[in-house]
Amino acid sequence: MRAFSYARADTVDEALHFYANHPDCRFIGGGTNLLDLMKMGVERPAHLIDISRIPLNKVEEREGGLRIGAMVTNSQAANHPLIRSRFPLLSQAILAGASQQLRNMATMGGNLLQRTRCYYFYDPTYQECNKRIPGSGCSAIKGINRIHAILGTSDECIATHPSDMCVALAALNATVQVQGNNGSRGIPMIDFHRLPGTTPEIDTNLHPGEMITAIYLPNPPEGVRSHYLKVRDRNSYAFALVSIATVLELTPNGTLGDIRIALGGVAHKPWRATEAERYLIGHAPEAARIAAAADRELRAAKTHHGNAFKVELAKRAIVRAVATAAA
Amino acid sequence: MSELTNNDSMSRRTFVGITIAGTAGFAIADEFQPGSVQPVKPAQLNIKINGRQHQLEVDSRTTLLDLLRENLHLVGTKKGCDHGQCGACTVLADGKRINSCLSLALMNDGVEVTTIEGLADNDTLHPMQAAFVEHDGLQCGYCTPGQICSAIAMLDEVKQGSPSAVTGDVGRITEIDLSDAEIRERMSGNICRCGAYPGIVAAIRSVSQRRSS
Repeated sequence: MRAFSYARADTVDEALHFYANHPDCRFIGGGTNLLDLMKMGVERPAHLIDISRIPLNKVEEREGGLRIGAMVTNSQAANHPLIRSRFPLLSQAILAGASQQLRNMATMGGNLLQRTRCYYFYDPTYQECNKRIPGSGCSAIKGINRIHAILGTSDECIATHPSDMCVALAALNATVQVQGNNGSRGIPMIDFHRLPGTTPEIDTNLHPGEMITAIYLPNPPEGVRSHYLKVRDRNSYAFALVSIATVLELTPNGTLGDIRIALGGVAHKPWRATEAERYLIGHAPEAARIAAAADRELRAAKTHHGNAFKVELAKRAIVRAVATAAA
Repeated sequence: MSELTNNDSMSRRTFVGITIAGTAGFAIADEFQPGSVQPVKPAQLNIKINGRQHQLEVDSRTTLLDLLRENLHLVGTKKGCDHGQCGACTVLADGKRINSCLSLALMNDGVEVTTIEGLADNDTLHPMQAAFVEHDGLQCGYCTPGQICSAIAMLDEVKQGSPSAVTGDVGRITEIDLSDAEIRERMSGNICRCGAYPGIVAAIRSVSQRRSS
């Protein structure tokens, strides 16, 4: 591993101040992804700023919702009584990812910033990876691309975002609270991550020098239903091939008053299925209707030789997840 | 990681002024040029391992796993994949199970770590160790220290009512029914290449039943 200096920041301001003078530093929270990438030589920071002890470790009631501190660990969040009872979708999504050991280390902020698991990105012996070396090409498009994206891809990159947690946050209309030297702002979850376009090296809309401080979740209306469905190669401790987070409200006459559907494992970011949502609102959640909605959403899918199966898989997963939540 | 030895030996001889932020504040020397590769001054680490307090100087790159094995010669904790995928390096940090390969030693300043070496009471095995022996929860034994540390923390999590991915309704906060499916899901971060899973599940079940009865 490349040599780096290490220091611990006790406050957000301390960390931001250091970053302003040392853009080649990285903040380290749980370290489960960053340290791994440093071992691989993908990340090569000159300085590490340990932000894990900054007191952003609370889950608090805030106007009309919950504020989850960025340093809350994934397992603390999944097990928090307020999150379990009010946002079971988030608990389920977090628990569907990684292992208990990793969830004990990984932070909420770090989960948002985890990088793709594209094997070509992860392995610097491959010369072509536009995400790692802008302009170098994409090994995945020509290579093995079974786990890769089918929606929102570009000719430069077909990587997926690997998080389960983020898929739930997209369906829950979360806001990511960030702080920089020029102040604080909230970024809607669906705008937090980016599609690859011509700049796949940029994963998020976080500005350099900004730090995630919290995730805000607006309280759900009374009687809301949700479901998280994860499809993967083995039953536990594997990344999603396709995952679905859905939140819906049924009217007294059995039609969908509101529905949100987010897909994981299919795009460079958690993919909100807005076309399917529009097609479903106002209708009863019958299998044929959901299937037609899924068809519409996946019409834009672009597949490669290894991942064409994901289109049918995503459609069926949408049908099952929505039907399960509505049942 | 092959570079580590070279850089490591160099760093002991030639360091550039850099200090760890302590109570005095956030002190980082500005001598570093962006992008430059510099050896790093070993930093102070206070850590309690298996009840014993250690004050050490460590290279910033040292993982908790390497600290245990290479610096302290506590080789019970195993290095399997070194990427958080196999669980062989599982230890308890302030009672919580973590992958010691993905944690920098310096991030564990002030933390109390328990490894497989810290479980037995002199010649009396920890009940989980005894159960693994009794139920053939191993073949080659390489994953066993991680499995046992993981299993001990797992039973604590169950006792505290933490849900898993197979705990139906997470919103209802009730006692966990520790089925085999629950044990398997909760232990999925520990891989056993020998496939001793039936014995591992049986060992954990026997300890949990003894506790609850």
